[in-house]
Parts: sequence; C-alpha cells; structure tokens
Amino acid sequence: MLRSPFFKEREKIMEKAIKRYFPVFVLPTMLAFTIGFIAPFIMGIYLSFCKFTTVTDAKFIGLVNYTKIFNDPSDPFLHSLWYTAAFTVVSVLLINVLAFIVAMLLTKKIKGTNIFRTVFFMPNLIGGIILGYVWQLLLNGILLSFQRTLTYSSTYGFWGLVILMCWQQIGYMMIIYISGIQNIPGELIEAAKIDGANSRQVLFNVTIPMVMPSITICTFLTLTNGFKLFDQNLALTNGEPSKMSEMLALNIFNTFYGRPGYEGVGQAKAVLFFILVAVIAIAQNTLTRTKEVQQ
Amino acid sequence: MKSMKKAVSLALSAAMIAGAFSIPASAEGGKVYYLNFKPEQAEQWEDLAAAYTDETGVEVTVVTAASGEYESTLKSEMAKSEAPTLFQVNGPVGLATWKDYCYDLKDSEVYKNLKSDDFALVNEDGSVSGIAYVIETYGIIYNKALLNAYFETEGAVVTSVEEINNFDTLKAVVEDIQAKKDDLGILGAFTSAGMDASSDWRFKTHLANMPIYYEYKADGISDTDAIKGTYLDNYKAIWDLYINNATCEPTLLSGKTGEDAASEFALGEAVFYQNGTWAYGDIKDNDVADEDLGMMPIYIGVEGEENQGLCTGSENYWCVNSKASEEDIQATLDFLAWVVTSETGINALTQEMGFVTPFSSIGDDKLPANPLVVAANEDIAAGHTTVSWNFTTMPSENWKNGVGSALLEYAQGTGEWDGVVSAFVDGWATEYAIAHEG
Repeated sequence: MLRSPFFKEREKIMEKAIKRYFPVFVLPTMLAFTIGFIAPFIMGIYLSFCKFTTVTDAKFIGLVNYTKIFNDPSDPFLHSLWYTAAFTVVSVLLINVLAFIVAMLLTKKIKGTNIFRTVFFMPNLIGGIILGYVWQLLLNGILLSFQRTLTYSSTYGFWGLVILMCWQQIGYMMIIYISGIQNIPGELIEAAKIDGANSRQVLFNVTIPMVMPSITICTFLTLTNGFKLFDQNLALTNGEPSKMSEMLALNIFNTFYGRPGYEGVGQAKAVLFFILVAVIAIAQNTLTRTKEVQQ
Repeated sequence: MKSMKKAVSLALSAAMIAGAFSIPASAEGGKVYYLNFKPEQAEQWEDLAAAYTDETGVEVTVVTAASGEYESTLKSEMAKSEAPTLFQVNGPVGLATWKDYCYDLKDSEVYKNLKSDDFALVNEDGSVSGIAYVIETYGIIYNKALLNAYFETEGAVVTSVEEINNFDTLKAVVEDIQAKKDDLGILGAFTSAGMDASSDWRFKTHLANMPIYYEYKADGISDTDAIKGTYLDNYKAIWDLYINNATCEPTLLSGKTGEDAASEFALGEAVFYQNGTWAYGDIKDNDVADEDLGMMPIYIGVEGEENQGLCTGSENYWCVNSKASEEDIQATLDFLAWVVTSETGINALTQEMGFVTPFSSIGDDKLPANPLVVAANEDIAAGHTTVSWNFTTMPSENWKNGVGSALLEYAQGTGEWDGVVSAFVDGWATEYAIAHEG
C-alpha cells in the first residue's frame, strides 16, 4: 500500500510531538529509577572505597577494602562463591527442565489445565522469608525421623534450598514457557508431522527452537535469581553449620554486620558480586540469543 | 485543551518530585526516638512513651529491633535523617563502633542519679558515653518442685539444693535425674541447648563468660588481646553436661530455638534451664509456679567454686546520639531524667518491665515482682562472689559466631572439640587484631 501524503504528514506531527514531550513521559520513571537504583548504586561503589559506620559518614581509604576480602582466613567467601555457583547450576537446570515439562503437559488438551496452571503458579506469590521458614519446618519434620536437622550439614541445606527454589519458581517459568509454546503457529507442527516427523523430532527441531526466546528469559531469570538468592537462604539455614551453607548474598550481608570496621569490605564484595552477576548474565544472554530463530 | 494537558502533566511530575523530596515537618522543641534493644519489653516502652507524650506533649517514638538484629538495625537507622536520638550499646566493644555518636552524659540528670561509675561507660578523659539502665543476673534456673521430687527418689545423690555447690555434685545430680527422667515424668534434666540464633547466645556468649571470667581472675586482668583458654576444659565439661542430659538428642540442637527451651522449662518438662532474670516473662503463668523458681550458679569445676555466685552485670547501656539536633538531644535527656525519677517512669521500669536498676532515685522497695530477682538477691545475701559479665570484652560478633558454630559442630558430632578451642583462642587473637587495626 502506498502511503498517502496525509499519513506521512500525520506521522511527522506525531514524531514532533513525541520529541517535544518525551521528557514529560520519561521523567517519572527516570526519577524513580534514579532514586531507587542509580543513586544508591553509585553511592555503593563509592562506599566500597571507604571506611564507615553508617553510610552518611564515610571516609575515603582507597583499595584497602578490596585487599581485605581475600585476607581473612575465617571468612568463607570463596567457599560461598563455589557453593552459590553449584546451587545456581543445579537449580537453573532443574527449574527450567521441569517447568518446560509441566508447560508441555499443560498445553495439551487435558481437563482442568487452568486449575493446574493456577496451582503451580501460586507458590510464586509467597515471599521468600515465609517460604524459607515454612520449608524449614517441613524439611526438619522429615529429617526428625532420622534424628537430624536441616543445619546438620551443608549438603542438607543445599538440597533443601534446591527443593524450595524449584517449588517456588517452576510455576513462574511454566507460565513463560506456556506462552512461548502457544505462540508456535499450528501450521508449523502440522507441516512437520505431514513431512513424517515423529514427536521427538517435532520437539527438538520445531518446538524447542521456536520457544528459544522463552528459554532466554527463563534461564536469565533463574540464573540471576540463583546468584542473588538471599531471603530463602537466610530463613532456611542462615548459613549454618559454620557458614558452610552461606551463599554469596548472605556472606556479603554478614561481612557488613559481622564486625566493626568491616562495612566497607562488605560493600567491596557487593561491587565484585555485581560485576560477576552482570558478566555471567550478559554472557548467557548473548549465548542463548544466538540460538533464537526468526519466525 | 492542549495547554490544559500540558499543565496537568507538569503538575503531576511536579507532585512526584515533591513527593520524593518532601521533608516531614518537624515538631517544635525537639523529640525523642528510642531504638529499643529488648523485644521482651517492647510494649511497655511504647506505653511509657505514650504516657510521657500525654504528660509533656513531647513526641517519643519507640522502635524495637528484632532479637539479634540490633546492630544491623542501628546501623541503618543511624544513617537516616531522622536517626535515633537514644540508642544503646552492649559495653566497651559495642561502644568502640559507636563512640563518635555518643553524647557526653557527664552533666546529665540521669548520670547524676547513677549509684556508681561501675554502671557507666566512662572514657579515659572522664566523659561518659553510656549509662546502664538494667542490672541482670543469669545462672541455672531450676524447678524446685521437680528437684524436690527427685530428692525423694531412691538413691538420690543429694537431698537438698544447698548441697549442689560444685560441678561434680551438679554433674552427678543431673546424670541421675536424666536416668530417672521417666519416673519423674520429664523429658530431660536440662532444656534443649538450642543453637538457633534465638538461643545460641546463651552458650556462645553467656556460658563462654565462665572460662573468660576465671582466666581474667587468675591473670588479674579485665580485658585481653589474646585469650589463653586456660579453663576451656571446664567449658567442655559443662557443655557436655548440657547436651548429653537434655530433652533432645544433640543432633537436633541446630534447629532448637529459645522458645523451645523456655516452653520446655515452663511446662515442667525439664528441671534445669540456663538463662537469666529476663526469662521470667516467658516462664510465668505456665505450669511452673512462681515459688518453684530458683536460680543456682553455673559451676564449671574450678577450685573454690563453692563460693561462686550468679553472673550479674549489664550489657544495656543508654547512649544519646551526639549527631542529633540540639533540641532533640535536650528532649532525650529530659525524657531519660523523667524515666528514672518520675513515679510513672520508675513504676514502668521496675514493675512493668521488671528491671533491677542502678539508679539511686529508685528505692530498694521498688524491686520488681520477679522470683528470679529474689533468687539473685538471696545469692548475694548468702555471701557468694558475684561473677562479672566479661563477655562485653569479646572482640566481635564474628568471634561469638565462630565459637557458636564450633560448639554446634562438636555437639552434633560433625566436629571435634579442637574446633571450639581454635575458634575460642585463635579466633580471639585474629578478631581482636582486626577490630583494633584502626
């Protein structure tokens, strides 16, 4: 269709209007973003080079905090790093595979899919601290019959956290996968079947490539959630025994409040933590993006 | 129309900016913001604050930090523009963190009412940073009714509580009670030595005071940069006694809370319960009658301990925020003076909160109706030597956590006692060095 001069004219006016008014539209969000994110972020980076008791009376001391991170034998920072990494790998795999399976099941024409979807999604509506305490009771109840508790060893804490996070996040990821699966045009699958593809081939050569955008989002969410996990860790094990189930975010928190004069070290760890999560998330995003196909 | 929309949108964004930056209107003549340490007395403080506001019109806000969260709450509250004007530190070590925030209380009314400088944090230059407002006592709380029932059993080791005046007797009695627990209808001699954060301070801080106290006493010091651990074997002995003669298996300790132990004792399921005068609020009005409550010293097997008394001291010092505005500081000092001198304040402190206070303005007739306080006074009257609170010299929270974790690992069998020794001795040196590196 040829565009009439009238349309062109109107578009121009619109563009002009947007150009003129964009500060008005952007301002509220930008302001909230600056106050809630950018300002604390910059302040946080600055504080990592400072010695302070409260964030308002900081004294600049340079890189001292960063050198202290690795000079404390009683601090399980590196252990926390590996523990968190292991947890993230396990939880990303489990959550995504299970969520995808559930999504596949619930896009088949079974009775009551809506009820199932709602039920699976529900845990996501409960806050992390509450979930942590609820699961602590549940798991301790089971372990009691073996005369053990969740904080008996860090392995128990590890799998407890994995179970908890799976329970909480599978429903959420399932919703994203369902919308991805439902967006696949029926013709594609039909054509594949007419060409003689079996259900396995349909899954791996049509469905999965077509839901790649959902996979990108879901792995991104589970990956960053895994690394940033705090509430659940605090409520479920609080790092016990002997800080061996302490994940990175909790380790940073404990460094900050553990001894006088170590607030800056906690802050420095938080900056390193940010860089780590950002690098991993960007790498993951680029990697899965390249696998996405254009419809 | 167009200009109308523009005006509206501008007004909206202006409102947002205003909302984000608005400063709450402050009351005239200063106000008080108390960050309270003791959750047990949260309501009483709020009532007292309301009473003060009714009487004088001065606004008093009371916020109570959750158990074990005081330092972290204080750190974030102090960074606010509306920071606490009245907060507290736990002693010399806590003071080190907050010394720059402490107003000199030397000329204050509340300091003038203090019975002695023993209850104040006095700096080298003579300025006063903190004032203790409650004196507390801890030991092994016991259930007289259950203990009497035990004394009547066949082959009881002793027949009166006065005979339990050293570790060996205590151990024999505890182990005998544990063996007869079914006959006595209890779950164990001791309540669960829970190592959950709500309970572990009873052992990593309060019980750990015993070896520190004896070491300081033997060496004639009141503080050290390196503990030697002379009495750690005694620490092990009492810890073994606690965990092996309790209401639960040692492997379950990591999940046991302070409430668990309190309820076990209050419901008469255990005879002994290590805690202090403050625990009365949790115990009262349950199965254990007030007249059945007693408290005995924690014996750890040191020579001459027959004369040892209960552990008495304070880890609650009021400090006034020196960075608050002049009016607020004055309002806070006025409030404190009112709390320790007015009828309402004294009544609230002693009767409602049940505090034993170090203030001369509060007469001896104003002792709280707390049988554990009575037990503490009887102990002093019996001529026993009071054990001081030396845990205020522990180098950092991190040190306590290290000892606590090691105690737990030893208890549940995943660690050795050597772990406790190293956390106690080596940990002390490291933490002290880190905390004092400037």
